[in-house]
Amino acid sequence: MSEEMIAVENCSKKYGSFTALKDVSFKVKRGEIVGFLGPNGAGKTTTMKLITGFLAPSAGRVLVNGQEVTGESTATKALIGYLPENAPLYDEMMVDEFLDFAARLRHLSGPKAQKRKETVIKVCGIEGVLGKDIGTLSKGYRQRVGLAQAIIHDPPILILDEPTSGLDPNQIVDIRALIRKLGEEKTIILSTHILPEVEATCNRVIIINKGILVADDTPENLIEAQGSSGLLIALSAAGGSLPDKEKALKVLQSLNGILKVTPLRDEDNTSYFMVHSSQDVRPYLLKALIENDLYLMHLSLKQLSLEETFRHLTLDEKASKEENHE
Amino acid sequence: MNNIITIATKEFRGFFHSPVAYIVLTVFLLTTGWLFFSSFFLIGEASLRNFFALMPLMLVIFSPAVTMRLLAEERKSGTFELIATMPLKDRDIILGKYLSACALLICGLFFTVPYALSVATIGVIDFGPVLSGYVGTLALILALAAIGILASALAKNQISALILALALGFTLYLVGAFTFFLPESLGSFLAYISLTTHFENFTRGIIDTKDIIYYLSIAFLALYLGVLTLKARRNN
Ligand SMILES: Nc1ncnc2c1ncn2[C@@H]1O[C@H](COP(=O)(O)OP(=O)(O)OP(=O)(O)O)[C@@H](O)[C@H]1O
Ligand SMILES: [Mg+2]
Repeated sequence: MSEEMIAVENCSKKYGSFTALKDVSFKVKRGEIVGFLGPNGAGKTTTMKLITGFLAPSAGRVLVNGQEVTGESTATKALIGYLPENAPLYDEMMVDEFLDFAARLRHLSGPKAQKRKETVIKVCGIEGVLGKDIGTLSKGYRQRVGLAQAIIHDPPILILDEPTSGLDPNQIVDIRALIRKLGEEKTIILSTHILPEVEATCNRVIIINKGILVADDTPENLIEAQGSSGLLIALSAAGGSLPDKEKALKVLQSLNGILKVTPLRDEDNTSYFMVHSSQDVRPYLLKALIENDLYLMHLSLKQLSLEETFRHLTLDEKASKEENHE
Repeated sequence: MNNIITIATKEFRGFFHSPVAYIVLTVFLLTTGWLFFSSFFLIGEASLRNFFALMPLMLVIFSPAVTMRLLAEERKSGTFELIATMPLKDRDIILGKYLSACALLICGLFFTVPYALSVATIGVIDFGPVLSGYVGTLALILALAAIGILASALAKNQISALILALALGFTLYLVGAFTFFLPESLGSFLAYISLTTHFENFTRGIIDTKDIIYYLSIAFLALYLGVLTLKARRNN
């Protein structure tokens, strides 16, 4: 397998006279987890449909593992597991029956199929609903069944359109962990509207707005580019000396709901850290610091970075568009 | 081939997940049975000729009910995206669905065998025309199921698929009836494409390969157009 698993080259997509995607290009290497961000109607789903071969681009081309996606493209489709938006599934089938069907279409049979089925049932946590009609499942379980069929053939590439939509907070954590784990050896593209999700799971972000690719970078770099934000914390050790950086990092990382802790500069015997979290950590912060003999020298809250970046990139675009129209 | 069978099996089972299959089979058997026995006792001869003469009309009406949801419903519910992104050829999808429809209709036909047997117990029956009648009906099923699949591939929902398939079926069914007040050449062309003209030989006990080729050509053409429809959809 080539290192470059997906290449989208100058792709445009028109629906009738409406242009949903304009000259989008990017490449994804093996082992990357790419998050697609963008407002509603930006073209995220459309891009995914081009990669999965469901739709053909109006211009440009898509390569999957070096092979062009064209026509029926069964070779590239075999390499991809796809969870379409809203997990469309056969409502009248039982979960178990549906997984068998998916396995057969993925050319799995015999003990191998059975083994894969058992694995995905366990991994997606759907043991309890195997005998249910898919139409009667809750949204979260539908989503899990959709994910189970996407990974049943252990594909090297996963395309997941809003994989955590409809899941409860516990499930979201589980699925994110699963995605990170799968991402160790697979190439994954996922779309989401939850910005912290991108920071928590992806090692790269692509922001699309109105069919145009407006950013393609690591979450860190995107944050950097906008200036740091989040929770800025300065710590020093007992006696006003510079704290043990490793230890301070560990303490901060152990707080509830932490997504990421970035060590910043050292200054005047204090160390600065940028902390991103899915919930407010301030209530627990002081206790943890006292227990570890760390002094809080500074604490300030800034808006979540990627959110800001996102708004900046997607709203600016809109504003400039409006100017052009005038 | 495996793909086709996987899809056909799933769809065939699917017929029985909804009341559609039961309703279609019951109504088909009741209607054909009633029409058959009433004409049988009125005319009073031990033959299935009248029964087979009904088949074109019956199947023009009933096969769209079997085929309508097969592709149109997938498109409406979004599941088409699921199978269309599996490593399948377009023809696997079309043929799998087609086979399941043919299988259900052939089941219906199979259940009419008791009619033939009951006639045989009442009087002496000539099995030649019965055999040719069944062969003809089979050919008819192959053609009409294909037309239904094409309609279902073209339509956005099952009701439009039903209406389109009925319209196509009735057109082919009725064209033969209008030949007498049309110019000779056009008339014979319409007679050639008519579903009914080609069925007459079968009811008379004659199996003519020309008639079989006619029905198979219709089936092939409709299925081919169905495959093209799926291909075209990718370019939206
Ligand atoms: N089949 C279609 N026919 C016409 N227009 C379409 C079609 N599918 C999508 N569009 C349009 O193309 C644009 C991009 O849609 P797309 O679904 O790719 O957006 P998205 O980024 O996935 O949005 P969301 O976050 O709401 O899922 C939208 O304006 C949408 O209305
Ligand atoms: Mg979308």
